[in-house]
Amino acid sequence: MATTSGHTVKAFDEDLDGLRALISQMGGLAENAIRESMRCLKQRDCEGARKVVEEDARLDALETEAERKVVQLIALRAPMADDLREAVAALKIAGVVERIGDYAKNIAKRVQVMEDASDIEPIALLPEMARVAAEMVHNALNAFVERDPAKAKRVCERDTVVDDFYNSIFRALLTFMMENPQRITQSAHLLFIAKNLERIGDHATNIAEMVWFASTGERLAERPRGHNPADPA
Amino acid sequence: MEAPAVEGAEAAPQAPSLKMRASGVSVWYGAKKAVDNVSIDITTENVTAFIGPSGCGKSTFLRALNRMNDTIPSARTEGLIELEGEDIYGSAMDVVQLRARVGMVFQKPNPFPKSIFENVAYGPRIHGLAKDKTELEEMVERSLKRAGLWDEVKDRLTESGTALSGGQQQRLCIARAIAVDPEVILMDEPASALDPIATARIEELIHDLRGRYAIVIVTHNMQQAARVSQRTAFFHLGELIEYGETSQIFTNPRVPRTKDYITGRYG
Repeated sequence: MATTSGHTVKAFDEDLDGLRALISQMGGLAENAIRESMRCLKQRDCEGARKVVEEDARLDALETEAERKVVQLIALRAPMADDLREAVAALKIAGVVERIGDYAKNIAKRVQVMEDASDIEPIALLPEMARVAAEMVHNALNAFVERDPAKAKRVCERDTVVDDFYNSIFRALLTFMMENPQRITQSAHLLFIAKNLERIGDHATNIAEMVWFASTGERLAERPRGHNPADPA
Repeated sequence: MEAPAVEGAEAAPQAPSLKMRASGVSVWYGAKKAVDNVSIDITTENVTAFIGPSGCGKSTFLRALNRMNDTIPSARTEGLIELEGEDIYGSAMDVVQLRARVGMVFQKPNPFPKSIFENVAYGPRIHGLAKDKTELEEMVERSLKRAGLWDEVKDRLTESGTALSGGQQQRLCIARAIAVDPEVILMDEPASALDPIATARIEELIHDLRGRYAIVIVTHNMQQAARVSQRTAFFHLGELIEYGETSQIFTNPRVPRTKDYITGRYG
């Protein structure tokens, strides 16, 4: 459905390109925050974690900027059809990316208050889980910039991988806590970190669904969900 | 000639009160085909907007709906246009009666150089719709009220219609069209010569009149089509490209040519 020719009013294309670039920049920051917070967790780098928390303010500022750009685009250009859907998607995606940044920030905050947890076995799964989640964010944002619904759909399909990671980490941590009640604080932090990553995966999926809608005008069918022992009944 | 499939045409649900139906309508100006095999249903419940670039045939098609093209010697119309099931180009159709039943409002307000009262009273009088002066006065008042002009002109009905502002003149023309109690009102760019406030009043009026009359509006202003209509038809190079619910046409058009036009990528 991608349109090859630009708008008769070139400034309209420039506005849309500018908006896309801004969202892409936000995605880059969020992705980086996930990677950095996980590196700090692994290397117990409290100073680095503090920087991740600080950097989140930039993401918040960019979200405000994206909001301003979208409102201006709607007011001045009166976008229609796929342009309108894209503007609305950009507005929503900016909000979601900001949330993703918050989850990464939350991980970084936990790094600063946690005692050494490197001997808690499930921690070994977290970096790989974070890698998949960050990759989903990356691909969802690329799909938006490229207006590529097929790529967006593949992101949605990846979410089960993150969910599976979460389920196994959840089970492993429960077992560990039962066996080591004195380590419950650290384990709970790790559990929250896993949950944050799982939520990041969900948010990346939401972005991908918005990209699908923006480029096709249709809603992506609700994805089937398996039984999740970590979900409340 | 095989009718080209119009995507989205079946998406427009059949409203219960079909007022006009065009089937395979083509219009020529001499050797030039201005409208090519257009089929469309017009209902009373929905305001229908015709959009499309200049020269796409939308105004020509609109004018075919009350045989206004008959006044152009080189114009020739083919196909079937029915008003309540009756062929409007059939030999039994009285064209003067037809134009009373299918009224028209033009781009430029064109009041008669007569008083405000006479502008509205003219139609009922020549069609013999009022049995006496009182009834005629009632008709004039009712029409001016429906056109949202009564309060502004009730104390100066004897003044010339041409002395009114552009927006008032246009509403006077709408009152004049309404006075003969038409079934369909065709509007050809009714607000394009008006300022935004006068335009808003015309749009509000269209909204009020919806349901009482079948309204078809041709407009170059897509925002206006989006605001006033429930059905939108996109014309391009004489063809009806897409016809559907206005909200669908403007948020998710099915045909790439429609999308390119409404998003400003045309040409």
